[in-house]
Formats: sequence, structure tokens, C-alpha cells
Amino acid sequence: MDIISLTLTELREALRRGETTSVAATQAMLDRIVALDNSLLSYLTITEEMALEQATAADQRRAAGEDTPLLGVPIALKDIICLSGAPTTAGSKILEGFNPPYNAFVVDRLLEAGAVILGKTNTDEFAMGSSTENSAYVTTRNPWDIERVPGGSSGGSAAAVAAGLAYGALGTDTGGSVRQPASFCGVVGIRPTYGRVSRWGVVAFASSLDQVGSFGRTAADVAAQLSVIAGHDPRDSTSLNIPVPDYEAALTGDIRGLRIGVPREYFVEGIEPDVEAAVRVAIDDLAALGAEIVEISLPHTQYGLPVYYLIASAEASANLARYDGTRFGPRAKGADMIDTVRQTRALFGPEVKRRIMLGAYALSAGYYDEYYGRALKVRTLIKEDFRRVFESVDVIAAPTSPATAFRVGERIDDPLNMYLADIFTLPLNLSASCGLSVPCGLDRQGLPIGLQLIGDTLQEARILNVAHTYEQARPRDRRLPAVPAGATG
Amino acid sequence: MLDRYEPVIGLEIHAELLTHSKMFCGCRVVDSVEAAPNTAVCPVCLGMPGMLPVINRRAVEFAMRVALALNCEIQNHNIFARKNYFYPDLPKGYQISQYELPIGRHGWLDIALSDGTTKRIGIRRVHMEEDTGKLTHRDEGSLVDYNRSGVPLLEIVTEPDIRSGEEARAYATRIRQTLRYLGVNSGDMEKGVLRIEPNISIRPRGSEAFGTRIELKNLNSFRALADGTDFELDRQAAVLDGGGKVIQETRGWHDTRRETFSQRAKEEAEDYRYFAEPDLPPLFIDPAWIQTMRATLPELPQAKEARYRIDFGLSPVEATALADDRAVAEWFDAAIGAGGKPKSLANWILNDLFRLLNERGLTISDVPLAPAALVELQSLVDRGTINLTTAREVLAEMLESGRDPTTIIEAGGLGQISDEAALIAIVDQVITDNPGPLTNYLGGKESLLGWFVGQVMRATRGQANPALVNEIARRRLEEKRDTAGS
Ligand SMILES: [Zn+2]
Repeated sequence: MDIISLTLTELREALRRGETTSVAATQAMLDRIVALDNSLLSYLTITEEMALEQATAADQRRAAGEDTPLLGVPIALKDIICLSGAPTTAGSKILEGFNPPYNAFVVDRLLEAGAVILGKTNTDEFAMGSSTENSAYVTTRNPWDIERVPGGSSGGSAAAVAAGLAYGALGTDTGGSVRQPASFCGVVGIRPTYGRVSRWGVVAFASSLDQVGSFGRTAADVAAQLSVIAGHDPRDSTSLNIPVPDYEAALTGDIRGLRIGVPREYFVEGIEPDVEAAVRVAIDDLAALGAEIVEISLPHTQYGLPVYYLIASAEASANLARYDGTRFGPRAKGADMIDTVRQTRALFGPEVKRRIMLGAYALSAGYYDEYYGRALKVRTLIKEDFRRVFESVDVIAAPTSPATAFRVGERIDDPLNMYLADIFTLPLNLSASCGLSVPCGLDRQGLPIGLQLIGDTLQEARILNVAHTYEQARPRDRRLPAVPAGATG
Repeated sequence: MLDRYEPVIGLEIHAELLTHSKMFCGCRVVDSVEAAPNTAVCPVCLGMPGMLPVINRRAVEFAMRVALALNCEIQNHNIFARKNYFYPDLPKGYQISQYELPIGRHGWLDIALSDGTTKRIGIRRVHMEEDTGKLTHRDEGSLVDYNRSGVPLLEIVTEPDIRSGEEARAYATRIRQTLRYLGVNSGDMEKGVLRIEPNISIRPRGSEAFGTRIELKNLNSFRALADGTDFELDRQAAVLDGGGKVIQETRGWHDTRRETFSQRAKEEAEDYRYFAEPDLPPLFIDPAWIQTMRATLPELPQAKEARYRIDFGLSPVEATALADDRAVAEWFDAAIGAGGKPKSLANWILNDLFRLLNERGLTISDVPLAPAALVELQSLVDRGTINLTTAREVLAEMLESGRDPTTIIEAGGLGQISDEAALIAIVDQVITDNPGPLTNYLGGKESLLGWFVGQVMRATRGQANPALVNEIARRRLEEKRDTAGS
């Protein structure tokens, strides 16, 4: 048995049957990280010691007859999710060396479920970016072509799962930061409904948009993790107190009679022909599986990008005000108290500074109504678009991103072009919907393409089942992309 | 100046709420003067990454009680906002506060003025927010204590209805008293749990437009509030009279020099970039919750004062003094309930009881004195069992031991001597022992009767019934005159 090639759910079965151990699976991952991550750069921190301890404990619990949903399964965390006992940097120099004294809610849930934490994966600084190039530490590479980006901001988690450096991983999705890198790296990634997963202990970027999601090689892998991390947390006042369904049990493989809407605004000029073609084929496949395909319209789609950047940046401008070097993180040496704060905040990278300034401007007296206030109004219209559409369809199918993975450096000096990578993902964050990306083929350069499936509020089980049914009908090549060993320059 | 200018004053009062835990986390609310720095903190109130606020329901209830006591309309749909500004004592870089929709609006509070009139001060808004930490500047650097960070804070803002330092003081005093009645604030201005900031401007009489206003800070007493406000009114009048312009600024009050000084000029209005707090969904206060809170309001000081005057016939001074502190007022009410007579009870409390408590540095809640016991003491005096002098001694003993007056009197043999035969014997002894005064008395100095009575009282350690002694002494002295004359 090649333990590396197993999916998360397959590994779980192998562990249950006693065919392998958590220590073996964990060591295999750690060895592979050592072998390949010099070229991939997906991890910022490898928690080797912690992982092996957790794996040993998991094997002991297993031997004692225990079984929990992720007992002994090695998983990676985006480095914006706090894990006590390891640094959390959010990809920023301003949190260099910060060791949170608390676990995020999702980490506690994973640990209770018996998961093994392999380490913390790279992210654009404070999740602001679409390529991990905004990370203050490294740029993660796409396992399918290490000259290319893995997408972002959860690019480290997506790349690690795609390359077989973790069986699953958590990321955060504020404007597409799970779905877009999942699409670029050829894995499945879900962004649950806002409030489905607690944000407690997740470094905030934009509080009304942030949500933790999971990555896996299959929809079932994603479902298994989501079942563990979803649920009410009284410490997050925006967390929904609604029972969590069994997402794995919902994977019936039957989507007959499901009404799937295809929004015309998501097939516009600028979308790469290979992407459009692959997504259209996938939609035909869904029709062949018994779904009814309906053309729909989400008329305010084009406003998603400006509305998103105004709201996310406005919230970020406040969320990032706490990084002043007074209580945690590095502190610069200034002439006096105020100068110290000013110089410490110079540790933010250029994209973060750009968004803080944009957000502060949008909120400032005299501009609030014109920018932030108006963005809130248009957000309501976008939300209404989805609500109305979901009166007549069950699921929306669309491309995840208009393009496949771009080259490192290609868009870094062109923020607007970079933002365009998210135009199909960010309207969802402005609404009360959930969405995922599932691989639907490769373009002519051999780069993965993602099919985005969007569900109504709390319809995660439904979109996971569509993705699962599609996977069953169109099995992917199970081979992992060939990542060259050796350091990336 | 009052003939030329009209003062326009509004007050902002910040009151910390005495909840067990902080506004948005589970940390204890501690005495920020006495607790060791940074001992009542957690990742939430330190603003650490990924931490989220949860509204303290108790703080909302306290805020609601205050708003109701100040006759406000209660906002059903409450929104918290982020007020953004940088300062190292503000851990998140923003303060969670209510902005557009405060919990209370359109309220009022009546204040009593020294000329006996009443004035109604409009309350513009009552809103909930969180307190900041405290900075201390030292030569070697600045220190910050976050114990106070996140403590529930209520801001109470008046309409610009106040016209003098006296009114400002009367209003602030009434607010403090109300907050103490509601049990939501200790009123300790020295410790900063109650902070008063007036906005002060003047305008020429008859003018509708407001003058340029200044904000006055560091007022740590009501006297400072009154004096600082009056000083500022005079200063502004002098500036305008001299052809100058009042500058919009924050001024401080110097308590020893007794004058205001410029702290910080406000070039332009600060831009706090308010927006709705995305970490907190709107807080809905339903009418039933408001009703419950209204039902738990105690009788407020104004109502108590009115009842004491109208129902009990007490003077305004007595009524105000008794209602000043809720514990005293409720003690008094309990004593009335036990059958006490209002006027005489008021005397007992305001004179004897307060004196005894003051001497001991105690409050009514500190002593084991039951209201019914004072009523019993009062009736023992009325019935003539003991005289007033004895009663005062008994009261002191009651304060110490908590025993009832009858027990104390019996144990100490303190009952009033009204036995005529016994008193005659003592009077005769006094007369016999004092031939000089007797001669003078008989010689026409009849005012010496009082002296003889005093001697008898002394001989009986005050227990003799004074009226009876007076009568016996007069009779026996006159009998001496008859004897001498025969
Ligand atoms: Zn706290």
C-alpha cells in the first residue's frame, strides 16, 4: 500500500482496519515535506514533534478501541489559524514569532476529533492576495508547475494537499481564498456559509466575510473535515446555532432531478477558453447525471469586485489596527510611544498597507456614504441576487476562476489584474451562500481547472453531494503531480 | 456676565458599570486602583489576534435600567459600532460603542436648585461602550494597565440645557445618586469610575447660534465641576469682551490653582470612521425584556423625596437628606413600616444615628441595627420609660451590639426613675447638702431651681424623670421657704 496516495477518507479506513498507523502516515507526510517542500514552499512551520506525539497518542487510543472522526489523520492548518504551541504569523512580519496562547475553535475541534497537526501553511499576508506572493516569507509554488502560483490566499494549504504533503488542510475564504487555490491546485475546497464555522482564534481579515473551509483530494475528504469543524461556538456571536448535518452521509451519488443554474454573468469576455470549455463539459456531465440545467442571471455580479474591496478593506483597516507592538508581536524601536507604534506598523507589507489605506479612506467622514455606505447597499443587492435565484434552482454551477494558475511574478505589480482572479468567487462571500471548487479537468498546459458549485444558505451537504457525484462519474487521475525535489530559487 | 451672555452647557458622563464581568469577555471587573496591573485580562480584552467579543447581557440590563430611570425611550434594535482611533491604551485600535442607535434616547432628569425651583434637563442619549486601559508615563517609558480595558461603560449625554456651574453640579449629583440607587456604579469619582465632562460655551443673550465650545476634563469632584464651569464661563466672557475669539479646544481643570488651562486644540473634528461592528449581530431588546427591567427599578430618589414631603410632612431638607442614599432611605422606609413616626424617626436618623455612624466612620449597612429596634426605642421614650439622654446611650449600645433597647435597658438598670418617694429622698438630700444655694434660692434667686434639678439628674446618672424631678424640687424648696418663714 502506498500510503502517500491514499485520500483522507481512505487513510481513515486503513487506520480503522489496522492496515497502517497514524505514526506511519504522519512520518510519511513529514518525510515527503522534507523531500519536496524546499521546492514547493507550502509550509511556514512544520510541527514535527507535536505531530508525532499526536500520532502516537492516536495510535494508542485506536489500540484501546477508540475511534473518533479524524483519529490519527494528519492535517495542515493555514497559518492564520491559531494553534497553541506553534507560531502563527498570518504571513506577516508583524506577527513574526507570535505564539498564541490559545487554539482556534476549529483547532480544538480537530484535536477532539483526533487529528494530527502537521504544521502551518503559507498564506498571503493577512489572507490578502490570490497567489501567496503577498506572504512576507515565501511564495508557495503550484505542484503542477512550480513556475506558477498555487493561488491564494490559502495557497499553502491547497498546494500541500495537492502534492500529498497533507491528507487534508484548513484554509480561510474571505473572497475566494479557499476555492480559487483549490481550483489552481486541482483539489476540492469548500467555503461554508458565513456563521457555519466559528471564527474564534482565526486572525481576522474582514470579519463579515471570513470563513474557515477545508481542502481535500475529494469531496468526501472535504466533507469529513467540515463535519468536524462546523457547529455553534458561543464565543463567536456570528456563529449559527443550527444543528450540523452529517456531510459524509449526504454523499449519496444521486443528483437526479436537482436543478442546477448556470449564471450567464460568469461566462464573460476574459474567461480563458479552456476554462469555459471544461466547465461547460462538466455542466453537461451533471445534466447526464440527471440534473436539470437552467440558465440564470445574477445581474449584480459585475459590482462584486468593487463592493468586496471596499467592504473587506474597510473592515481590515479596523481589524489590523491592533498590530502596534504593544502587547504581542515584534516591536520596533521608536523615539517615543507614538513613533514606536508607527515604526512597528511599517512591518506590514505593501498590499496590506494599500488595503488599510483604501479601507480607512472608504470609512472616512465625507466619503463614507459614497464608498462604504454605498458598498453596503450594493452588497444587499448581490445578496438578493442569490436569494432570488435559489427560489428556482438548487445549486449554481460556474467556473471558480476565469483563469488557471498564472506564473509567479506575472501579476504582482498589477493589483487589479490580480484581483480579477477572484471575480467569480467573491460575490458568494458578500451573500449568505456557500460554495466549493471541484477539479474538472486540465487546460492545454496541463493546469487544473475548477468547477464552482454554489449552494443556498447552509446547503453544504447538497453541493458536496453534487461534487461527489461528479467525481464518481468522472474519476480523476489519482496520481499526484510530480513535484521536483530541490530548492526553489 | 449673565446680563450680556447666556451660558450653554451640556454634560457627558461616563459611568463604569458594576457588573461581575467585562462588557465583551469573562474577565472580572476589578478596582482598577487597587488591583495589581494586568491581572484581570484575557486575550479578548487584550485585543489579541482572532479574539471575538460576546455581549454581556447583565451590562445591557444595567444600561437599560439607567436609561429607564432617566425616562429614555429604549431602542429595540441596538447596533454596536467600531469607533476607530489609535492609542496604546485601546488594545484593538477601536472601541466598541453604540453610535447611530443608542440604547436610550429622548430622556430627562429633574434637578432641584438652591432657590427651591426644579429644572428639567434633557437627556439626548444613553449608550453602551467599553472602557480603555490606563497609561502611566514614566521617565523610562510608558506603562499600560489593561485591567480596565473592556469594562462596561455607559455614556450619558445631556441636551445643552444647563446654564451654570450650580446646575451642572445639581445634575451630576442627581445622576450619581441615581446610578448608586440602581446599584450600577459606586459613584467614586476619585477612582475614575464616574467621569464628568462638560461642554461649555456662551452666546450673546438673544442669539440663537451656539458659541464655540470647549470641553472640560479632569474634574474629580462636584466642586471642581461647579467651579471649573463657572471659571470657564467667566473666562469666555472676558475673551469675548476683549474682542477675542474662543478657541475650540479641550481644557483641563487645575484643582489647586482653581483655573482651567488649555490641553489640546481641536483643529478639526476627529474622524472616528464609525461603522457597524461586524463581530456582533444587532442586539434586539424586546418589549417584554424592557418591561421586566422596568419592573425591577427601585423607587428613585425624586419619588422618595416627594413621598417623604407629601405623605410624611418632612421638610425638603429632611426629605432630601433621608433619600440621599438608598440604603438609608430603605432603612427609614422599613422603620416606618415597623410603626415608626416619620417626623421623630427622621430626627433620630438625621441627628443621633448619623452622628454615631460618622463618629465610627460607618454606614447604615455596616451596623447590626434593625429598623424596628429604633422604633422600639422611640416608643420607650414616648412612653416615658427612658429619657432622651438615656435613649442616646442606648442607641450607641444598640449600634455596637445589635441588641434590642429593652434588653439593654433592663440589663443596665437604665430605666427612668419615676418613683416619687425615691426621687423625694434624692431631692431632699441634694437640698440638705447645698445650704448655700438654698439660702440664695430662698433669698429670691428662683432661677436656681434648674441648678437643683441638674444636681438630681447627675445624682441619678440622668435616669430620673426630669419633669417629675422639676415638680418635686420646686415643691420641696417652697416647703423650705414655708418652714423658714414660720
Ligand atoms: Zn478579558
